[in-house]
Formats: sequence, structure tokens, C-alpha cells
Amino acid sequence: MRVVITGYGVYSCIGKNVEEVTDSLRQGRSGIGIAEDRRPFGYRSCLTGILEEPDLKKDLSRRERLGMSEEAKYAYVSTKEALDMAGITQDYLDQNRAGILFGNDSTAGAVIEAVDTIREKKDTMLVGSGSIFQSMNSTVNMNLATIFRLRGINFTISAACASGSHAIGVGFHMIKSGLEDMIICGGAQEVNMYAFGSFDGLGVFSMREDNPAQSSRPFDKDRDGLVTSGGAATVVIESLESAQRRGATILGELTGYGFSSNGDHISNPDTGGQIDSITRALKMAGIKPDQVDYVNAHATSTPKGDMYEAQAILDVFGGKTPVSSTKSMTGHECWMAGASEIVYSMIMMRNGFIAPNINFENPDEVSRNLNIIAEATKCNLDTIASNSFGFGGTNSTLIVKKYE
Amino acid sequence: MSREEVVETVNGFLAEEFEVEVESLDPNGILHETLDLDSLDYVDLVVVIESHFGFKVTGEDFKSISTLNDFYDFIVSKFEHA
Repeated sequence: MRVVITGYGVYSCIGKNVEEVTDSLRQGRSGIGIAEDRRPFGYRSCLTGILEEPDLKKDLSRRERLGMSEEAKYAYVSTKEALDMAGITQDYLDQNRAGILFGNDSTAGAVIEAVDTIREKKDTMLVGSGSIFQSMNSTVNMNLATIFRLRGINFTISAACASGSHAIGVGFHMIKSGLEDMIICGGAQEVNMYAFGSFDGLGVFSMREDNPAQSSRPFDKDRDGLVTSGGAATVVIESLESAQRRGATILGELTGYGFSSNGDHISNPDTGGQIDSITRALKMAGIKPDQVDYVNAHATSTPKGDMYEAQAILDVFGGKTPVSSTKSMTGHECWMAGASEIVYSMIMMRNGFIAPNINFENPDEVSRNLNIIAEATKCNLDTIASNSFGFGGTNSTLIVKKYE
Repeated sequence: MSREEVVETVNGFLAEEFEVEVESLDPNGILHETLDLDSLDYVDLVVVIESHFGFKVTGEDFKSISTLNDFYDFIVSKFEHA
């Protein structure tokens, strides 16, 4: 069974929709800024992706909005855009079975706000009726499945920073195996300060607060850490038969999903595990490494993480394949990143360019051997690979091919 | 707080919380029909009462409330017993 992508949507710090994001990717525009409220809260670095919560009052009823966490709101916007692009109406969803799989690994903001209320009021009832639906890890899929009245598969994939990528990969297999015809897949990430405090405490954030736009610099010799961000991204995947039956425009074909676990340190990356993920994806896609036209790297801008991945890419692809990390502009979108980076890559594929790895000024001893694209470059992309690697050693690689 | 003040305050937060027009709040109307309340919404009524009047109520308290007038009377009685 062939699996195709017929719609995508995104809400991120570099744009609130595909059009805005396309422009940012072309321009190499950073979405990173400073959130000053984090300083008195105890953050070492206040760098973050800057985006605002969408106001959904005109789109959704009170009851629909009440249970939505921050990331569920982002996911509603990206999913609506993806469904519109795919030509899927509510009437279609009412008449046909569709599922939802989202990557999300925490909803810290909603949980902490609820607990703070209980601590203050000493009364659990005062957290309100929506809190439970905001607080669960499955907040995105439970809200969206209800809003869009979906009747297919419905759950959350939690796999650290590979969550969004695995959600698409698992959806891919469910369709390949004939269990579903259509699944709304994606990833979502809250950006409130509660979500990243412990992360900041590990000392892995960039401290380059004097120039936020230059703070996220994957593969650059002078990188000093990651910048977190968030939002949501959605792809509509379906069987080729389903897409053809609907007369849908086919935007790309998912051909490979590779995955592995490092089985090692909880936070340190591992080149072997990453190579395993990439090679399994290539094998499933039935292609050689030189048939990949672009690699969207996981590369978060941490010194060690980027180095291990640079080595993995070098070992598998050699030094010619174009590589960039869109995290140079977006920061690390964590649970959402695997999904957003598929969307970013599909935007590049559709518009014939490679988005730049901004802030790549000086290579280190490994990245100097890679073909890292530092300026937006016109390029025909037939096949792209996108890496996502997370804490706990979870690795995922997706391969998308232009549909023929 | 007088009954008139209670009615004005209650209508204000009901209209805001449940997104209905103040004009639609007929004192003789059935509370759950007027506000289109489901079982979860009574939790939110408890929250808005606490936040606007500062006293605690429970979901059980609503069992004897049918109309908006009953609701206003209930709030007034809470003040009288405070």
C-alpha cells in the first residue's frame, strides 16, 4: 500500500501558516527572541521562539475551547490548514473514517496551573471543567478528534524530541498495513516557561542573549546550545487509493520510516543509533543514500549533539548531499519538531529550494566535511530525509519522495 | 448584597462565562436550558461563584435549583447565612 501526503499546515515562530513560513524559510528569518518573564522565574537563558496563542473564539464553541491546552490550540490551527489544503471538509470527515496520531510528550503548563490553583484554593473543583482535558499528554488528539468528529485511530505518541516524527511514521505503517485509509498526523509543543525550566537547568541552552537571531547555530563551530520553541505542524496522510478516490492533489509520498534506540545514555546522542535509524529508512524506501537530495538534520545547536549527527550523516551519505537544520531559524521545537521539519521540507520540495542553515559561519572538524547549505538555494528536490533524535536515545528518520 | 445586585452580578458572569446574551437570561427560564449546561458545566458554575462572591458551593447545591430565579435565591440565601 502506498502512502501519500495530501495536506500540511504549520503554526510556528517563523509563521502562522504555510505562506508565512514559506517566506521565512526563503529569507532565512529567525523566529527567536527573548522572554523577559523567564528571568525572575529563574531561567539561565531567556532565549525562546516567539509566538502567540491563537484566539479561537470565533472558530470554536466555549466547550470546545475549554479543554484545549496551549499546544492543542496551535494544533487546531495547523490541522485546519492541513485539512483545507487536502480538500477535506467536515462533511467528508462525517461520512468517512479518519484517524489522528499526534506527537506530544508533556503538557506542563496546564498541569502546573491546575496544581497551583489547588494549592491556593485547597479545592480541586476550582480548577474548572476543562483542566483535565488540557492536562493530559493526549490533549491534542482528544481535543481535535472531538472537534473534527474523527472516528479512526486516536492516540498520542510520546517519544521526546522524536515524537512528531514517530507519529507520522506510525501513521504511515497503519495505512500501509490497511488498518486506516487516512490519518491526521503531527506534532505539537507548548512554549510557556513551565515547559522548559528543567531543560534550562541542564545548561544546554544557548546563552547568546545579546543576539537572539544568531543564537541557534547548528553545526557552527561557535554554537553554544539550543533554543527551545514550539507550535504545531500537521500532515494529512492517506493511502494512494484514498487520495485518488477523492481526486486529491498529491503533495508527496512517504516511502521510508526508520527508527532505533541507542540503548545507552539518557541524554547523550549516539552515532551508531542514528545511523541505524537512517539506514533502516533508506532500506524501507528502497533507495541508495545518493538518491536523497536533501537531509533536514535534527541538529539542535548543541556542541556534542550536532557533532554526533554530522558524523552519522557523513558515514551514511558522504559529504555531497545537501544538509541544513531549520532549527537555526525556528529553534528546537521539541515534541513538534519531527512534524514541522517534514512540513518545512515539503515546502522546500514544492517550491524548489533548500532553506538555509543560518548562522553557519565556521565549520567544526566534522561539519566541515558536510555540504551544509548556509544560504537559501534553488534546487529540485525529489527525495528528502528528515532526522529526529530524542532523549532516551529514541531515533526516527522519515523519507518523503515527490509523487510520480 | 441586595437581590438586585446579586441578579446583576450573576447575569454578568453567566453571560461572560457561558457566552450568552444578557437579554436571554429570563428569570423564569430553566437554568440548564438557558445556558445549555452539560454535566461538566456545573463545575464551572462553582468556579465563577467562588471567584465572584468568595464563598464555596458544591455541585450538590444545584440539585434544588431549576430556574434562574431559583439560582438568584440560592445566592441570596448564601449571603444571608454567611
